[in-house]
Amino acid sequence: MSKAIASRKPLAINPLKLSQPLGAALAFLGIKGAIPLFHGSQGCTAFAKVLLVRHYREAIPLATTALTEVSAILGGEENIQQSIKVLVEQSQAQLIGLCSTALSEARGEDVAGMLRTCEFLVPVVYANTPDFCGSLSDGYSRAVEAIVRTMPQEGALQTRQVTLLVGSDLTPGEVADLKQLVQSFHLTPIAIPDLSTAMDGHLADEYPGVSTGGVTVAELQLAGRSAFVLAVGDSMRSPAKIWQERFQVPYSFLPSLTGLEASDRLIQCLMEWSGCAVPAPYPWQRRQLLDAMLDSHFYLGGKRIALALEPDLLCGISRFLVSMGAEIQVAVSPTRSPQLEGIPCEQILIGDLQDLETHARGADLLITNSRGSSIAKSLGIPLLRLGFPIFDRLGNGLRSYVGYRGTTQLLFDLGNLILEAETP
Amino acid sequence: MLPAKVSQALTEPACEHNHHHGDKKNRSCSQQAKPGTAQGGCAFDGASITLVPITDAAHLVHGPIACAGNSWGSRGSLSSGSHLFQTGFSTDLSEQDIIMGGEKRLYQSIKAIAQDYQPAAIFVYCTCVPALTGEDVVAVCQSAKQKLGLPVIPVMAPGFVGSKNLGNRLAGEALLDYAIGTGEPPALGRFVINLIGEYNIAGEMWNVVQVLERLGIQVLAKMTGDARYAEITYAHHAHLNLVICSKALLNVARKMEERYGIPFVECSFYGISDLNQCLRQIAQHFQDPELSAKVEALIAEETQKLDHALAGYRAKLAGKKVVLYTGGVKSWSVISAAQDLGIQVVATSTRKSTAEDKAKIKELLGTEGITIEGGGAKELLAVIQRTGADLLIAGGRNQYTALKARIPFLDINQERHKGYAGYEGMVTLAQELTHALYSPIWAQIRQPAPWEVDHE
Repeated sequence: MSKAIASRKPLAINPLKLSQPLGAALAFLGIKGAIPLFHGSQGCTAFAKVLLVRHYREAIPLATTALTEVSAILGGEENIQQSIKVLVEQSQAQLIGLCSTALSEARGEDVAGMLRTCEFLVPVVYANTPDFCGSLSDGYSRAVEAIVRTMPQEGALQTRQVTLLVGSDLTPGEVADLKQLVQSFHLTPIAIPDLSTAMDGHLADEYPGVSTGGVTVAELQLAGRSAFVLAVGDSMRSPAKIWQERFQVPYSFLPSLTGLEASDRLIQCLMEWSGCAVPAPYPWQRRQLLDAMLDSHFYLGGKRIALALEPDLLCGISRFLVSMGAEIQVAVSPTRSPQLEGIPCEQILIGDLQDLETHARGADLLITNSRGSSIAKSLGIPLLRLGFPIFDRLGNGLRSYVGYRGTTQLLFDLGNLILEAETP
Repeated sequence: MLPAKVSQALTEPACEHNHHHGDKKNRSCSQQAKPGTAQGGCAFDGASITLVPITDAAHLVHGPIACAGNSWGSRGSLSSGSHLFQTGFSTDLSEQDIIMGGEKRLYQSIKAIAQDYQPAAIFVYCTCVPALTGEDVVAVCQSAKQKLGLPVIPVMAPGFVGSKNLGNRLAGEALLDYAIGTGEPPALGRFVINLIGEYNIAGEMWNVVQVLERLGIQVLAKMTGDARYAEITYAHHAHLNLVICSKALLNVARKMEERYGIPFVECSFYGISDLNQCLRQIAQHFQDPELSAKVEALIAEETQKLDHALAGYRAKLAGKKVVLYTGGVKSWSVISAAQDLGIQVVATSTRKSTAEDKAKIKELLGTEGITIEGGGAKELLAVIQRTGADLLIAGGRNQYTALKARIPFLDINQERHKGYAGYEGMVTLAQELTHALYSPIWAQIRQPAPWEVDHE
């Protein structure tokens, strides 16, 4: 265990960090009929949109209040009102996910206060997400906090209903796997947010201009009645705490769903909640995972791995790799997070991809997003693409590395990369 | 200084938007983005598009992380030399910096880049937040330039001043103010030109430069595809400026004419007839019989070669209908490329086109052609349906609008991986269009699922 050290440079070089509004947008996209709205200049939205489009290969609904120099100085209240009106009337938005940006926050605009005095035809959920602090996962958490604070309603407890608070590190395919697992225990999951049917990549019948899948507004409201709450990923702790305060329902917490131990803990939790025996496919999938661990440990044992990922993913994957006998040469995170200190690793850096490049020399494998591909090339080290954005690989919506089956797939992908590099 | 430059760029006299139309008020380029429906990029985005292709310069974005963090490394310009331009530099301003002021951090960042990367120049992009808090970015750049002894160029195009197009122009102003006219050129040939507004997307500029070199035409400076910083500094020694596919940098051409007496012509590198015309325009300018003869011989040779190479594709593409959804000059230059292949363009967007662009569109499309004024995916899909178009040609952002409606698509914007300019580019374009239109997936995708079939 070691202390996370911040890079001493005055600037970021090849940034790993992404903006908070981008993360918040991702969370809002997991609500059916929703559209994220950035309160900033039109570029704030355009850049985020391009990244999301390239990663998911989907049409991404994302709107802007289009602040100009004048409205940025005088206040953008009118821009917000007008945008919401247009989105409700023209795009039939059922929920607006309003995200602040550095521009609106630098002026200190009181958006929350303004929203309290206004009435809208649809829910407007406001997330405080200035670009000048945090990264993607922080913005995502802020949005989930705002959703949890405002949308779920109290009501008669549903004894078999489970609210899943899923972190930004889970892909849509992983959320789908998690939901399926919960369902197989005869429990009813409501994922907040639910990217599994929104950003999974599916061909809809028409083009609606809002998120085509995800948890519905009605389901969000009913979620307040869940008897059980599961928070996945450290960044979901704060929404879970808000939940607990609002509904007096204690939550269970799992930092990650990748690896044998993490998968076992998940199954155990569901067995306790449901009172059901473990359903048929999972014991068999567990045997497959054990076999994959045997097959792949030759290739992972003693391997030195360099990672640069958002905190939740960085911690989850690092712990898993160590559990397979690999060593973490360096772990780079874009922002601080208390969990980082728990990474079993020689060096933990708060930094960028240049820091990764400097400290990854001699490693056997790199794990980061697509922007690390030129580093991998110049250092001659194989790269597993993980995190966001990934624009030089297909299938980012459906890939799953969670649960027994997903962990098995991850072991194969990791092992194959190393096998290929080691084959003379 | 900022407001003056912005209004100057907005009222650029060479831009058709600013010509008097009878009694009507000037329609300047300052159309404001509409809250809720605006789709395009900001002025900073535009400035980056124009300047980032300068390969041996460092591009430092002064602002919070979003501006650089969400955008670095995604431009499609290619380099034959340095790859420094692909490195993402950001001052990554924190809350503390915004309260205390980020000027010191900016200076330290410039210094660190100068020491560690030895760039030919550093472009410093001022984004919304430092512009809002009133940081003196120009003064920091000035002082860094003196202390560090290399060009440090402020690019004053914060996103909130306007559109991508305005950002292009403001970037052009930065080149005029700080780079052009500061260097001495290598030996000059008889026919020396600059290319303005060509960004070498997917390496397509090389197709054209190669043709020009065969004609003995020297390309002195490229603005800015695959450019070295030095060539921009001596661009004022060229004999002729070629403004390619872009009204956006007309201000650079016009001011170079004013300051250095370099005339300019506007042309397009897309399509056989347009490229031919472009080469003839150059020959005509130089009034050199030998050059004219060479141009005609080259055109004859290339046209013959292309007729042969394209014959198979033309047979497949003839009569196909496409909708074109892009900006500015491309709204007509691509029409003529499509027509060279026998494709009918049934509709095109005019949202970013000038009056002159629109006149050309009318001429090319005839009376039945539809022009799309507004943005938005829904309108676009409605036009495709109404016209029965076979394919959409647009920017990457609209790719999934088309594909999700089960419509074939071709990417024409800056993130694409294929070059369509020049004679060689025509073959690539024909190939890509044929693959998109004739993919066997379309028939399969339009098939109903087994449970949707009516069993009677």
